[in-house]
Amino acid sequence: MALFKLQINGRSYQADVEPDTPLLWVLRDHLGLVGAKYGCGIAQCGACMVHLNDEATPSCVLPVSAIGASKVTTIEGLSEKGDHPVQQAWDEVDVAQCGYCQAGQIMAAAALLKRKPKPTNEDIDATMSRNLCRCGTYHRIREAVKVASTKLN
Amino acid sequence: MKLAATAGGGLLLGFHGARAAAAEPMILDANAASAALDFNSFLAIAPNGTITIFSPNPEVGQGIKTAFPLIVAEELNVDWKQVNVVQAPLDTKKYERQVAGGSGSIPHSWKRLREAGATARVMLIGAAAQRWKVPAEACTAQNGMVLHKASGKKLSYGELAQDAAKLPVPQDVKLKEYKDFTLIGKTYKNVDNQAIITGKPLFGLDFYREGMLFAMVQRPKAFGMKVKSVDATQAKAMPGIIDVVTFRNNVAVVGKSTWQVKKAREVLKVEYEAEGALESTADHNRLFDELLNGSEATVRRQDGDVEAAFKSAAKVVKSEYQCPFLPHNPLEPMNFFAHVREDGAELIGPTQTPERARGEAAKYLGLPPEKITVEMTRMGGGFGRRLAADYVMDAVEVSKLAKAPVKVIWTREDDMTAGNYRPAVKYRFEAALDAKGNMIGYKLRGVGINAGNPTREQNFPSGAVPNLLIDSVEHKSPITTGPWRAPITNFLAYAEQSFLDEVAEAAGKDPVQFRQDLLEQAKKTPTGDVKYDLDRMIAVTKLAAEKSGWGKKKGPDGKPLAQGFSLYYSHLSYVAQVGEVVMEKGKPVVKKIHAAVDCGVVINQSGARQQVMGGIVDGMGHAMYGNMTFKDGAPDQSNFNSFRLIRVNEIPEVEVHFVNNGMDPTGLGEPALPPTGAAVSNAIFKATGKRLYKQPFVEEEPFKGIS
Repeated sequence: MALFKLQINGRSYQADVEPDTPLLWVLRDHLGLVGAKYGCGIAQCGACMVHLNDEATPSCVLPVSAIGASKVTTIEGLSEKGDHPVQQAWDEVDVAQCGYCQAGQIMAAAALLKRKPKPTNEDIDATMSRNLCRCGTYHRIREAVKVASTKLN
Repeated sequence: MKLAATAGGGLLLGFHGARAAAAEPMILDANAASAALDFNSFLAIAPNGTITIFSPNPEVGQGIKTAFPLIVAEELNVDWKQVNVVQAPLDTKKYERQVAGGSGSIPHSWKRLREAGATARVMLIGAAAQRWKVPAEACTAQNGMVLHKASGKKLSYGELAQDAAKLPVPQDVKLKEYKDFTLIGKTYKNVDNQAIITGKPLFGLDFYREGMLFAMVQRPKAFGMKVKSVDATQAKAMPGIIDVVTFRNNVAVVGKSTWQVKKAREVLKVEYEAEGALESTADHNRLFDELLNGSEATVRRQDGDVEAAFKSAAKVVKSEYQCPFLPHNPLEPMNFFAHVREDGAELIGPTQTPERARGEAAKYLGLPPEKITVEMTRMGGGFGRRLAADYVMDAVEVSKLAKAPVKVIWTREDDMTAGNYRPAVKYRFEAALDAKGNMIGYKLRGVGINAGNPTREQNFPSGAVPNLLIDSVEHKSPITTGPWRAPITNFLAYAEQSFLDEVAEAAGKDPVQFRQDLLEQAKKTPTGDVKYDLDRMIAVTKLAAEKSGWGKKKGPDGKPLAQGFSLYYSHLSYVAQVGEVVMEKGKPVVKKIHAAVDCGVVINQSGARQQVMGGIVDGMGHAMYGNMTFKDGAPDQSNFNSFRLIRVNEIPEVEVHFVNNGMDPTGLGEPALPPTGAAVSNAIFKATGKRLYKQPFVEEEPFKGIS
């Protein structure tokens, strides 16, 4: 066990865990942040996506010891009131079915739009194909990314 | 029906079972909102006008938590914005059929939910009429208010709730006409959207409680093996580990965090030995052929004289279709929380069948069911996997053995390799055509691994063919199987509708016309029972053909567009689909799927469309890519790097059309999936000239060379 200091959602946290503990389980089991989901544990489904210094990163394979001073943003910290343009778009387009993958989808989309505010269809598919949706909400995911893009202005 | 006034003046109304007449009013105590959950209620009205509607059925992504309350609200005449929706826990005294399965919730509850809303509305009107000393007929209710038009008086439901609760419960209240619906049929968002998009704890895996322990279970690596010996010395010495317990064929590591129990499980030393056959996919392939050719089979339906029909046939078509095992793979893996005490147990987690979970727990613990509570969390998908209670029992047994509140977590590998699965099946179809191309004989044999009856002998084309024989053979295997979204029909529909396409081709008929002719024949001269509605089948067939421009469109190469037709009735809904395929770089690409759907009244446009589009994506994804194989009883695939699920860059455009004929609504969680496989395979045939006799398609000839 070792004590790790983490910068998450603009706040400081401490966690006393094994150094190889993935960030995902530190967030969920130790810090009470359950928005990032466990889906596969091998960075294949994207349900655990968080931002590491603004870049979408699967938290299930990221050991807590590798984070250092990097800034972590989870779905809980994407916006203060749940009104980030991507969150708004996800609500308006009514994307979710079961909803389990959607926090990861939203984090992936938000990072894409930060990098590229006007993504092409190909950009959207290339980025969002890292995230699985077992319910098959992909049509609305595409649409919601486009809607969010229009809200950035 | 039960009725109660809360001390705070709220009105609670609900049903005990189906019979509204069987119950009498009762008085509830204070704390309207929290107390309401403890009572049998579909709705509660607080003095401040807040309307709470309880949704008793588990939410698995099918949208029931939005649709059910909408139906109550429609008859209650309230503004949807006033409504607060609450998931009710398992309570078999207060609710019926708290199940998410078989697309059965809507058809089962449609009338019951409407009666709940309408009864409350009549009582609220009655209370207003009494207070104003006017006839109830002179009053109307809308947007949560009762109005007396002549005098212009009005009162809110909140102001009337307490008086209304004192009135006798009316029987046989008049329900609204379809044309008078103001809420049903419009577009509504998922009621949990805000919680979902902000990452609030909603799912079973999100459940945490102070003092709760975590557990992972080591199961045999192969079906047909059992535990021989366990050495947990090293695992017990790992940090955070509290206990290691053995139950059934499982060894559970119990500890203080998910990661700690996962790591300790890796150093468990468990020896296994075979206790049954260790089967491989190669064995199943051999077995399928033996069973298809064997003389023993269970006859499911027999009409006319099949042998005579085939003897007199001008042409015979014969084909075999095969589908593999599939894991359900809900994105939230199996998990459950259990706290077993001496005198009872508390269960919390994702389940499609809370009553089954409680029943199995009660039996194992030797407790009466009423001593066990079950709280349903929102489910991160289920697809039938959470109809079983094995993973609930993991938590119950570990909690009992470890004497602690425990959440059992399955990793993705556990989820994919420990069953249960859609069964693997193979079909042989034979059709006899007369000289005019009429199908005069039809034979189907279905053989499957733990598939039960892999046919649906009452489905189309039964009733439309004068001589017909449907039979089946089951092989019992240690590989565990279970219902998978649209059980049986999820592969049968692909096989049957692909085969009918072949028969149409052999008969020299257009595939749509061929099916229409069969349906018309069944109307005119039905053979035996016809257990589906022929007019509804014909209507969706026509609608799909019309909306897709069947046979009229050109592809990018200027030639007729490759379209494939499929039609299926399942779970009381009727769905026809047209797939469209174009060739790109020598390979077929599914560009679009049109769907015509008759589920009766559409309750929520957004939710209904989602179910159809998701069902099509699911159906296509698994038909194209899904494959689970076995070697000596062990699955070859264990995570998403070896089991391929469809991704956003692989979906076709989907266009959905509802018939919306005003008939009582049926469910949509499943019916859109079955027809998709054949809409795709038949379109690929048009584009490539090659039939797809086996799933996954991507491993078949038209796709050879690409992954």
